[in-house]
Amino acid sequence: MPKPDDLRLDHVANLARLALTAEEKERFAAQLGDVLAYVQQLNEVDVSGIEPTAHAFPVVNVWAEDVPEPGLSVEDALGNAPEKRDNMFVVPKVVE
Amino acid sequence: MTYEAVIGLEVHVQVKTRSKMFSRVAAGYGHPENTLTDPVVLALPGTLPVMNKEALDKVIKAGLLLGCEIAPECKWDRKNYFYPDSPKNYQISQYDQPLCRGGFVEIELPGPARNVMGEHKRISLTRIHLEEDVGKLNHAEAVSLVDFNRAGTPLMEIVSEPVIRSADEAFAYLTALKTIMVYGGISDCDMEKGQLRCDANISIRPAGATALGTKVELKNLNSFSFVRDGIALEVSRQVAVVQAGGTVVQETRDYDGQTGESKSLRTKEMAHDYRYFPDPDLMPVQVGEEWKSAVRAGCPELPFDKQRRFQKEYGVPYTITSVLVPDRELSDFFEEAARLCGRPQAAGNWIANDLLRELGAATLGLAQSKVRPAHVAGLVRLVEEGAILSNAAKEVFVDMFRTGDPPGAVVARIGLGAQTDLGELERWCREAVAANPKSAADFKAGKESAINAFKGPVMRAAKGRADPKRVDETLRRLLAQ
Amino acid sequence: MSEELCYSTISELSGRLGRGELSAVELMRAVIARTKEVDGRVGAFNSFDEGDALAQALASDGRRAKARAAGADGRGRHLEGIPVGIKDVISVAGQPLTASSRMLENFVSPYDATVIRKLKEAGATCWGRLNLDEFAMGSSTENSAFRATSNPWDLERVPGGSSGGSAAAVAAGEAVAALGSDTGGSIRQPAALCNVVGLKPTYGRVSRYGLIAFASSLDQIGAFARSVEDAALVLGAIAGHDCRDSTSVRKDVPDYVGGMAALAQSGRRWRLGIPKEYFGGGLDPEVGAAVQAAIDEYRGLGCEVREVSLPHTKYAIGTYYIIATAECSSNLARYDGVRYGSRSKDATDALDIYFKSRAEGFGPEVKRRIILGTYVLSSGYYDAYYLRAQKVRTLIRRDFLEAFTQVDAILTPTSPTPAFRKGEKSADPLAMYLSDIYTIGVNLAGLPGISIPCGFTRGGLPIGLQAIGQPFKETELLAIAGAYEGRTDWRTRRPRL
Ligand SMILES: [Mg+2]
Ligand SMILES: [Zn+2]
Repeated sequence: MPKPDDLRLDHVANLARLALTAEEKERFAAQLGDVLAYVQQLNEVDVSGIEPTAHAFPVVNVWAEDVPEPGLSVEDALGNAPEKRDNMFVVPKVVE
Repeated sequence: MTYEAVIGLEVHVQVKTRSKMFSRVAAGYGHPENTLTDPVVLALPGTLPVMNKEALDKVIKAGLLLGCEIAPECKWDRKNYFYPDSPKNYQISQYDQPLCRGGFVEIELPGPARNVMGEHKRISLTRIHLEEDVGKLNHAEAVSLVDFNRAGTPLMEIVSEPVIRSADEAFAYLTALKTIMVYGGISDCDMEKGQLRCDANISIRPAGATALGTKVELKNLNSFSFVRDGIALEVSRQVAVVQAGGTVVQETRDYDGQTGESKSLRTKEMAHDYRYFPDPDLMPVQVGEEWKSAVRAGCPELPFDKQRRFQKEYGVPYTITSVLVPDRELSDFFEEAARLCGRPQAAGNWIANDLLRELGAATLGLAQSKVRPAHVAGLVRLVEEGAILSNAAKEVFVDMFRTGDPPGAVVARIGLGAQTDLGELERWCREAVAANPKSAADFKAGKESAINAFKGPVMRAAKGRADPKRVDETLRRLLAQ
Repeated sequence: MSEELCYSTISELSGRLGRGELSAVELMRAVIARTKEVDGRVGAFNSFDEGDALAQALASDGRRAKARAAGADGRGRHLEGIPVGIKDVISVAGQPLTASSRMLENFVSPYDATVIRKLKEAGATCWGRLNLDEFAMGSSTENSAFRATSNPWDLERVPGGSSGGSAAAVAAGEAVAALGSDTGGSIRQPAALCNVVGLKPTYGRVSRYGLIAFASSLDQIGAFARSVEDAALVLGAIAGHDCRDSTSVRKDVPDYVGGMAALAQSGRRWRLGIPKEYFGGGLDPEVGAAVQAAIDEYRGLGCEVREVSLPHTKYAIGTYYIIATAECSSNLARYDGVRYGSRSKDATDALDIYFKSRAEGFGPEVKRRIILGTYVLSSGYYDAYYLRAQKVRTLIRRDFLEAFTQVDAILTPTSPTPAFRKGEKSADPLAMYLSDIYTIGVNLAGLPGISIPCGFTRGGLPIGLQAIGQPFKETELLAIAGAYEGRTDWRTRRPRL
């Protein structure tokens, strides 16, 4: 397991799309450093040959038949939009 | 030095379903903005995905048609990245356990001439997986507007091995892939509607080398010809770079089909780190033999297999099969007509030539055609029996196409039946022989072809309604006297 | 009169409603009055819609009158007219849904969660929006962006969390029962700290559709109630397979109350396990003593009590904080200010909307967990953290299943300490995380767990006993909890407010 000081806070905050203040960075680095140091204890566990558990009670092939049902009205769809125009959600111009 | 291109294609194909991949609001194209959403599609707080069985069936079908190995078990993963067209800011996709692996697409390269079959080749596939589509950004003056109608549509990603060697091969690959998808009812693959989208990874290397060169990803290839032209341009661009002593830079380029130019897309500041992990909201999929057999039972014959069969079993030539086969309905139409009249070649000719010509002129689809297989078969039989002559048959066909009347009824109505007054026919033949004693002498002297000299005048006299076989017989009888 | 009503159980109230001695509107009015009287001090509610609640109650009275006219006795409709408080992380159509976050401060949900649809079908009145730690991340309800809920037993102390508002509302008589959600103890721990019953069902027993996801593989909706029987009634109403939640299980919902009663009648001698790992350092002596006394009570009932071992217990918190944060980092990506939620006024380009809206919309604990979760999933770290944690999770789950080959249920303290003072742990996230030590393993293993009142400290703070059951054996778990509850009167005590 990597060392807890490898948190790479700037990179990770970038991936998470979170702007952090300098003060937050400092505080989080210390607090999460503690947490990461704590979770290092998982390295003690011998997990060789152990299957990961993704679901406590896995079942397979959970699906629905392809039968359409009514969706939201445009009004409801846009009901919480921070900004809307022409029945669409507005964002600042996206440069591709 | 000569260079060869190494091309891999990533093709996204929308799977034809009535509802979306992970929720049951209707899927569709061309609806007013944001009218095909529900809480799941918009990723409202608290919503959860439930997969669409039909989408799974169709991807398994695609896999079976393309000779893939269908995974006995696969799972769903989240691909995490932020983008305004992505409602959850992660895409549900399949990372390390795709539904299908391997397989191939049989392609036909352009032949030496249009009526000559080209070389066939197999393009190997890496994988096919299922995922969900994103919404659509519409760019206005200062803002972008997001429509989520497309978001959540089932999307199949078909990844080829880097074994495509030219722009023509890429074109042939897409053509063959589309034909198979349409055959299987898996997708309509209409590129204008975004139902098929293609990205190409392109590199070059000295001919014969085995190492791979630096690859460039080419995006926005939004028509079949743009795929071909864009790839051709990129290959020559890379060759020019290398020949000028430069090196190809790994980048993503955008091809503009209108201007025929490509440009480098602004390199993203952040390297991709999609943080794939198994989606805890979804359960794995297990595909047993029973499920596969059920899907297999609904699989059509592959187009190229059908073409080979038409040529072999029916003796229909390439020029006709290459017209009939790419369209599943048309080839079914043909087979039905062929079965009804027992004359596949004749039926094939009528369909590939006359029917398609009339449909094209009337801008109609096959489904709207009043001429059905029985009409074609009936017409073939009338000609076969000598009841009408081929020129007349052409007229009958046009009439059938317009009216939908059976061929016999058309013949009766417009009086195009073959000339049957034997007395009159014999008189025309006598007159023709009498008018040309030299040819009569030549024929009697053993010059077989001299008989043809009498046929023109007889046909003229009969206004084309004389049966050539009967004319021939009559002339021979008279000349033998 | 009003307070009396507000502290009645569902079974008592449904009897009076059924006999026509009480109307749903009268009951709702009493609960509203009580809420207005005490919530200024308790702070259990983010908001409530008085008019909507009374309209629901009126409709309930209408249904009852109609049923009576048709000759139906209304038996089996125990929740008809009962005000059930709703944690503000469960979607109710037309009502705010904030998750106690600035991000969703003005969000109004257009759809009902499946549990809400079911509660409404059962005739219950969905009542108010109950406070929580922002996005259910926390153990004290101090992480709410709006206000810290107080423990009704000591207003200077926390009610526990994250469903602190739900626990406090039931404890303070502001709701007859309440729904909460439990990812690592968020129902059981506040129930213990507030002297109410808190039930977390088996993972998959109750649909999560409409529950704002924190950690999808661990989250489960459950009930707060005044009695084990009431918890069983609420569970019976909300449980069952849901075609909108792929993780909900296709199993019939038994008659929990009838099943409990039958088991009580049968005089079955339960085999109960005491995990030795749960009684080590960090356990408050008064809590330990109360739990021991409860265990003795079970012995007195003729139960067979034996020590069991859950050897991977010490890894549960580390495992949990990797899995839960990883899942939450992805689950919370949708809060971006594009389709809904608060958008930063300062955002100038599309990328800015993400960075600034999320920076302004999320509180520090949510940010910490998103950062940690993003980190453990990031390229090169996935195997070391997430995958390893999923494997350790397998071992933790095996420990429980192994123990269940010997015992019917496991008894533990719910929380190592009684309610702590506000602010006491808020600067030290790890210390806060460690307070979930006894509840977290249950979520990792997907098991049902219940916390029931088992005493008070000398200072008058409630103490909870946790019983952990076998998968989908909620009836047995409820019967075991009910057996103890029937021998004590802890649950009938009320805080002075
Ligand atoms: Mg891809
Ligand atoms: Zn894709």
